[in-house]
Amino acid sequence: MENDLNLKATELRLGLPGSDEPERQMIPRPNKRTLSDIVSEGSTSTTEEDHQDTAPPAKVQIVGWPPVRSYRKNCLQGKKDEVEGGTGMYVKVSVDGAPYLRKIDLKVYRSYPQLLLALENMFKLTIGAYSEREGYNGSDYAPTYEDRDGDWMLVGDVPWEMFISSCKRLRIMKGSEARGLGCV
Amino acid sequence: MQKKMAYSFPDEVLEQVFSFIQSDKDRNAVSLVCKSWDEIERWCRRKVFIGNCYAVSPRMVIRRFPEVRSIKLKGKPHFADFNLVPDGWGGYVLPWIAEMAGAYPWLEEIRLKRMVVTDESLELIAKSFKNFKVLVLFSCEGFSTDGLAAIAASCKNLRELDLRESEVDDLSGHWLAHFPETCTSLVSLNISCLRSDEVSFSALERLVGRCPNLRSLRLNRAVTLDKIANILRRAPQLVDFGTGYYAAELQPDVFSNLAGAFSSCKELKSLSGFWDVVPAYLPALYSICPRLTSLNLSYATIQSPDLIKLVSHCPRLQRLLVLDYVEDSGLEELASSCKDLQELRVFPSDPFGAEPNVSLTEQGLVAVSLGCPKLRSVLYFCRRMSNAALVTIAQNRPNLTRFRLCIIEPKTPDYLTLEPLDVGFGAIVEHCKDLRRLSLSGLLTDHVFEYIGTYGKKLEMLSVAFAGDSDLGLHHVLSGCESLRKLEIRDCPFGDKALLANAAKLETMRSLWMSSCAVSFGACKLLGQKMPKLNVEVIDETEPPDSRPESCPVDKLYIYRSVAGPRFDMPPFVWTMGEAVRILH
Repeated sequence: MENDLNLKATELRLGLPGSDEPERQMIPRPNKRTLSDIVSEGSTSTTEEDHQDTAPPAKVQIVGWPPVRSYRKNCLQGKKDEVEGGTGMYVKVSVDGAPYLRKIDLKVYRSYPQLLLALENMFKLTIGAYSEREGYNGSDYAPTYEDRDGDWMLVGDVPWEMFISSCKRLRIMKGSEARGLGCV
Repeated sequence: MQKKMAYSFPDEVLEQVFSFIQSDKDRNAVSLVCKSWDEIERWCRRKVFIGNCYAVSPRMVIRRFPEVRSIKLKGKPHFADFNLVPDGWGGYVLPWIAEMAGAYPWLEEIRLKRMVVTDESLELIAKSFKNFKVLVLFSCEGFSTDGLAAIAASCKNLRELDLRESEVDDLSGHWLAHFPETCTSLVSLNISCLRSDEVSFSALERLVGRCPNLRSLRLNRAVTLDKIANILRRAPQLVDFGTGYYAAELQPDVFSNLAGAFSSCKELKSLSGFWDVVPAYLPALYSICPRLTSLNLSYATIQSPDLIKLVSHCPRLQRLLVLDYVEDSGLEELASSCKDLQELRVFPSDPFGAEPNVSLTEQGLVAVSLGCPKLRSVLYFCRRMSNAALVTIAQNRPNLTRFRLCIIEPKTPDYLTLEPLDVGFGAIVEHCKDLRRLSLSGLLTDHVFEYIGTYGKKLEMLSVAFAGDSDLGLHHVLSGCESLRKLEIRDCPFGDKALLANAAKLETMRSLWMSSCAVSFGACKLLGQKMPKLNVEVIDETEPPDSRPESCPVDKLYIYRSVAGPRFDMPPFVWTMGEAVRILH
């Protein structure tokens, strides 16, 4: 196997015909990093993973590698936390007037509509639609939750991710007390 | 006497004969026989496939084939899937729709892949083609549910609306209600990519209920588990079904309702969807598992034992897509249960994690290669590989036609010997004589390219990353792979020599992508000047390539053959090389 490419026969060359290919200098561009730069940076970057107890050096992500489509990446991103977080996030659910409490796994749901639908099915009641202004007005029931500070909050005000990380238990209030909640 | 024979067949007879010839290759061959055959053929060609939308202009296509009913177009290069092609690069379909609106009023089918589709394009389609039947938007972007509403409302004979893996601005689930009550023609509806949690469920239910020919239905996450049974009961004739959300609190009545609905679908052969799965609901599928030939669980974050249980109920499985939660043990079970398996894709659950999170190694793939005699197509993400395993796989499965291996960490050597994986991949190309598509990974020298150039005679598409030592590697591929159509390379030390020495080869290929390699700006300019039938496009988002010395390497390079000349819809960060003035048709 020849070591040299025998280019002279068919070649396109840089430089004048008859002259040899000029010596080419590879000038590194200041803004571009080579792969070895990127990989060696890995040990000094400060991402979340650095703060774990047994953290291996955090990996700086190379653009487009591994070749996973963004479509797929977006789907997995949210799930990764769920799976690693263990087996479910069960909270107690009480309904005013019901003889006993239930438990549901908040991790099974991805949004408020899904959670509320499940609650409606579980307790055979209608909670209705949430609005920022009116709360759950127009319904006999209002879903509330106890957050980490011990306060009772109306379900739906904060983004979903924030809700499931702060919700300790749920209470579905009924009657005048519930109707009053929308008007604060 | 012989002259008379040439005219003895009336054109109509030849047309009838040609109508039995469906493949593009054969049609192209027919048109080369003689001028009259070319003339007859071009008037009766109904289907056109354009693998690169910039290789030809809409007007050229229309001029040659005036009576087209079905068109398939592809836009961005494949590496756009991995964010290597900047936004705004191109691939716009509007110019095509605008030209076809006038020229092909009877157009029935439009299939697009990796193109930018706007609401304006969709509205133009809805308005222009009275007999429009099929719209497939595969990995497209740029449109919203408003555009879909226009399609739904206007296309009275719509048979297929398939949005697979497209990015849609999901403004409202209400667009489904735009299908008129008179629309009963749907055969295929795929809305799985729609992200919002709202869908007009009642409109969906009614639509499904009034389309007796509906064979394929793929829902999105907005459709909750309890609703699936309702849908299935309205469409028991379904052959292909994509579930929505497959998770809920386990309730016996919901479960039995779902199981009953599935069992009433006697034709169901293909399942997908399974966003957010609760394993307890998987047994609801058991009644249809024996008939299943295709199963896509690649979004289902369920663990190996549940996967094994499900797969062991599917002896007829031909196609399986799954996450690496399946682990080696799951693949071993697959190998023993599913003897009809033809295609396997294993995706990474944690692609960016530094350490393995699951026990999936080369062993799983070896087991499948041994146990599944019909295996032809593999896509496998893993974290370690050995030459020995690859040689075994190659020897077990010489019938492989597609082999894409992604070892997650770049430049990973054989974990047993610490050598490059040249010999392993070499065995793949040597034994698998019908291999058409190959993706490489791991530590690789120029030797692997020598094998590929020597043995990869049927290879049509090759993907290379972080591999090779010198231009010799690229030269082996370009000079040896006779059937090569698409070559995509990133982060390899390939430079000017091999590219310029094999310039003529590039005219026989659809396209070449090279990013983060060592091709100089000067070489790109030379190539552009000398090869008028190639568009040599340099992509650089930081600064124009001519602001640096000519010997500097370009960031990204995309070369493709074209009869349309340079394109004019380029964004500021794309430059076409070569100064030749081209007369545009």
